[in-house]
Amino acid sequence: MWQVTRRAKSTPPPQRVAPPKLLVGIWLIIIALVGLASPALAQDDAGQSVITTLRYEGEDGEDVFVSGAVITVEGVGEGVSDESGMIAVPVPEAGEYAVTIDVATLPDGISLRSADRTMVTALVEDGQDRRILFALQSEAGAAASAAEGSGIGRRLAQLTAEGLKQGLYLAMASIGLSLIYGTTGLVNFAHAEMVTWGGLATYFFNFYGLAGVAGFLAPLPGPFGDGVNLVFAVVLGMIAGGALGFLLDRVLFRTLRRQGVSLIAQMVITIGLSIVMRYLFLYFFGGGPRSFRDFSAQQALQLGPVQLVPKDIIAMSISIGVLLMIGVLLTRTQMGKAMRAVSDNRDLAESSGIDVQRVISTVWIFGAAAAALGGAFFALDQAKWDFGFRILLLIFSAVTLGGLGTAYGALLGALVIGLVINLSTLVIDAELKNMVALLVMVLVLMFRPQGLLGRAERIG
Amino acid sequence: MKTGDPSEKDVAIEDPNAPEVVLGATAGGGGAGAAAQEDIPNPIAGTFDGVDPTPGSPKPDEILVAKNVVRRFGGLTAVDVDEVRIQRGAITALIGPNGAGKTTFFNLLTGFDDPDEGDVSLNGNSINGVASHKLAARGMVRTFQLTKSLAKMSVMDNMLLGAGDQRGEKLSFSLLRGSWRKQESEVRARAEELLERFSMTHMADEYAATLSGGQRKLLEMARALMAKPSLILLDEPMAGVNPALVQSLLGHVEALRDEGVSVLFVEHDMDVIMGISDWIVVLAEGSVIAEGTPDQVSSNPRVIDAYLGTEDGGASSDGRQGRDSE
Amino acid sequence: MGIDWGIIIQQFFSQGVGINAMVFAMAAIGLNIHFGYTGLLNFGHVGFMAAGAYGVGMTVFWLDQSLWLGVLVGLLLPTIMALILGIPTLRLRADYLGITTIAASEALRIFVRWRGNQERTGSSGGINDFADEFFEFNIFTRPGTETYDFAPGGLTIFQFRANDLWVLLIGWTLVAFFLLLTWQLMRSPWGRALKSIREDEDAARALGKNAYAYKLQALVLGGVIGGVAGMLQVISRQAVQPDTFNPVITFLIWTILIIGGVGKVASPVAGSMIYWALISGLITFMRELIGTDLSDELETFLNLSVLNVDQLRFVIFGGALMLLMWFRPQGVFGNREEMALEDR
Repeated sequence: MWQVTRRAKSTPPPQRVAPPKLLVGIWLIIIALVGLASPALAQDDAGQSVITTLRYEGEDGEDVFVSGAVITVEGVGEGVSDESGMIAVPVPEAGEYAVTIDVATLPDGISLRSADRTMVTALVEDGQDRRILFALQSEAGAAASAAEGSGIGRRLAQLTAEGLKQGLYLAMASIGLSLIYGTTGLVNFAHAEMVTWGGLATYFFNFYGLAGVAGFLAPLPGPFGDGVNLVFAVVLGMIAGGALGFLLDRVLFRTLRRQGVSLIAQMVITIGLSIVMRYLFLYFFGGGPRSFRDFSAQQALQLGPVQLVPKDIIAMSISIGVLLMIGVLLTRTQMGKAMRAVSDNRDLAESSGIDVQRVISTVWIFGAAAAALGGAFFALDQAKWDFGFRILLLIFSAVTLGGLGTAYGALLGALVIGLVINLSTLVIDAELKNMVALLVMVLVLMFRPQGLLGRAERIG
Repeated sequence: MKTGDPSEKDVAIEDPNAPEVVLGATAGGGGAGAAAQEDIPNPIAGTFDGVDPTPGSPKPDEILVAKNVVRRFGGLTAVDVDEVRIQRGAITALIGPNGAGKTTFFNLLTGFDDPDEGDVSLNGNSINGVASHKLAARGMVRTFQLTKSLAKMSVMDNMLLGAGDQRGEKLSFSLLRGSWRKQESEVRARAEELLERFSMTHMADEYAATLSGGQRKLLEMARALMAKPSLILLDEPMAGVNPALVQSLLGHVEALRDEGVSVLFVEHDMDVIMGISDWIVVLAEGSVIAEGTPDQVSSNPRVIDAYLGTEDGGASSDGRQGRDSE
Repeated sequence: MGIDWGIIIQQFFSQGVGINAMVFAMAAIGLNIHFGYTGLLNFGHVGFMAAGAYGVGMTVFWLDQSLWLGVLVGLLLPTIMALILGIPTLRLRADYLGITTIAASEALRIFVRWRGNQERTGSSGGINDFADEFFEFNIFTRPGTETYDFAPGGLTIFQFRANDLWVLLIGWTLVAFFLLLTWQLMRSPWGRALKSIREDEDAARALGKNAYAYKLQALVLGGVIGGVAGMLQVISRQAVQPDTFNPVITFLIWTILIIGGVGKVASPVAGSMIYWALISGLITFMRELIGTDLSDELETFLNLSVLNVDQLRFVIFGGALMLLMWFRPQGVFGNREEMALEDR
């Protein structure tokens, strides 16, 4: 069964499908939406400091600022918080600094929300202040949150929200994998690196802007650019993702298809690609985790029983919007219909005049752009050279659960996986939650191998 | 055309229900075959004289019976066969226009696909839900429309694989050469015999991938015979075969019948079917619309409507041209 | 500062037959049975290595039993793992096994490094110094002898520590045994049936072969050989570390198998020796290069420094995997025509 070969066929030149105007239009709207989601932040160019504000929630929910507490920036010096709880420790140059809070200097009854997080790593860029967060709580607050923590309903609500968040980001990361499989039969193991690429590209634009690209391409110790606001960086990251998808298909996979390289061989090639990309990220980006310049230390908002940081609320809203639009694209546009036709039966689609190569190219572009956007949202938490690969297990579980090759299946599967693994932490250690995804996958393969939305005949 | 006596005995052993008359004819037919193939009298001549030429009609001695077999794909019903009964020892052809569900029906009969409803029995025993690999041991072997020669294995290895119940194929015995050496040489001798009969001895050590399309069809048929089947199902054995080889293939199919093997095959080419079949089952849109001897079928108005009279009648000869040119 | 060619040559030869070359040759023998002969897409081979390694490590560390009992457990765990993975997926299309095995190997790593497993697996710190029993039998231990050198004409070609030499002796002997086993199996009717499944599963089934059972047998057999490789690896280091069993290791084994040529008996050994000799020589050369006056230019233009030079090894073998699979799937020595047969 492993020599399933799809040869390039010499069929008569297919008639072109109408240019996907609606597609481009909708994509522009998405980009504009993302752009409008938040105003740009002002930049401060003189020197650089590590900044934090020490505060906790008072009994009436108001902010209470802590003065007189001491933080130490390793190798630089100490700072003491003023009346507004603020500490700014100037650092001489860009770099990674370990910042420690002296818990003994906190007022009586005030403690860290997670007692073991006395040290935070601050990555300071040249000329840019770095804001970090030490989450504090009062005794009353600690008691309240302990009570909340034991309240199963509240915890359930919080985990559901987290699950939805992860599920939505995962859906965007997964949908391209499923669409590419549907149209070409290829399981792309490098898809996780497309997710990482989105996060890292966003990070790059966030810190260095478009001018940074030129600075990076010219291998000289030149000035990088200044960076753009995260909102625009996300858009640029998404475009970078789409561009990578386009290039990979054009340069590599189209050639492989044309040469009639077997799907199994293509799959192994994607594995090689995944390794090359991942370790090039490590080579150029380093192994440490990075946070975006903006919105990195946000206070969570209380929405009923649920706490979420504003950036995640916005990102979740955008995800829902994007996923809905992908749904509209697939059902309403000619290109979307062509995609589904090719997924359904490639030969039939080809013989009925659909330009299959063009459809595949479009799928790669949009699938990769969606993965990049998902990657940027995952990276709101932290970007790392292999964070995409770390969720590959979840992506595979999601698409297998939903039905490999079906777009809506990937969406559904991702939401279910997000919810299941987060809710599983009610009963198992959070460190093990990703293993639950594997369990789901094995169960699906045993009892409904075609997935929730797949058709039985596809499995062969 | 010589066939070793052992194989014939084995057919009889595999198939205890086989009637005396067929076996007798087999022995005679085999002997005559050695002299001149064309002169063999049809060993089952007259068998179908009293059979009613209607769909699902009972046969004097049935080897394979399918009842109420239904297979749906999504909303589409691909196969919905009320009743088909296949006569032992005869060549039965399954014909029908493109998309009639012939190959799907074939897959259902051979366990490569499971029917949504229905019942298939071989030699009177139900084979519903029996795994496809177990059917070979029960005497039923199939070939495929797109030949499945094992490309990167030698022709001889292909043949050796056909033999059933080999001790050396068990992991526990595989390292104990002594335990299977004797059986292996018997199997090899049988493979050499069959290769000679199919005029492929000179290719025994070639990779199967180097064979032409027609040679692969021959190899697949020879390989299936290694399992000593009592029923062989051939899925379009003549497709993609050049005209010179078609005659040879037909000769082999007839020789099989003359040895007592029942043959069920799917074919497009009407000339082929009319010349060789003892009985024809016509499938259209997933159902059996007619049955009968070649003469009866070719004069059946329903068949002419569904198949022969329409554009498909012309298409079949065109189709043959297309295939021959490959 | 110039380049020390001596160390490059020594690394080239010593690593070419060293412990890594031995361990990966053995692991690749297992993968060859999976992919090369049966066509199974095992993308989680490192999981079988981990199962063997933790089998032996945990028996000593957690259960406080002898190393030799641990070796038996190290054979048992990969078997169980193969059954758990194979039973649900081997009836399905080939790529499902691939997805499941890569996920399972990663899940296994997450599980063993879980802090809740501290007393069983040592969590992220792993299990250390558990294999003294193995080295008690070291025939190379001599007072005052640290390393064994083979240096004809003053040029050191091979240099091994006494303990490593002992592991190598046992390891290469086992490799030879597994090669012999593979060779015998694959020329038996069992091996023939296995290959027929690789070529076309439907045809094999039509000929009465129980493809599912054969695939399961092959998965177990190759998995156990992978497990033995894992055991030797951790015994040689006296350390079982969860992050040694990174999924990327699976694909290093794939690269090695493809270098040697898929589906040939001796290819795992050839591939492993070639890979480890070349990559060790190359990385050592680059380290030497960074030590020269060129270091500033290397850092500026290539971002290359002692910090990330080791990461290049992954970039290189990932690239090799891509290019070999694309242009020379028959391996470095294979002949092209044989491979072309497949496409007909």
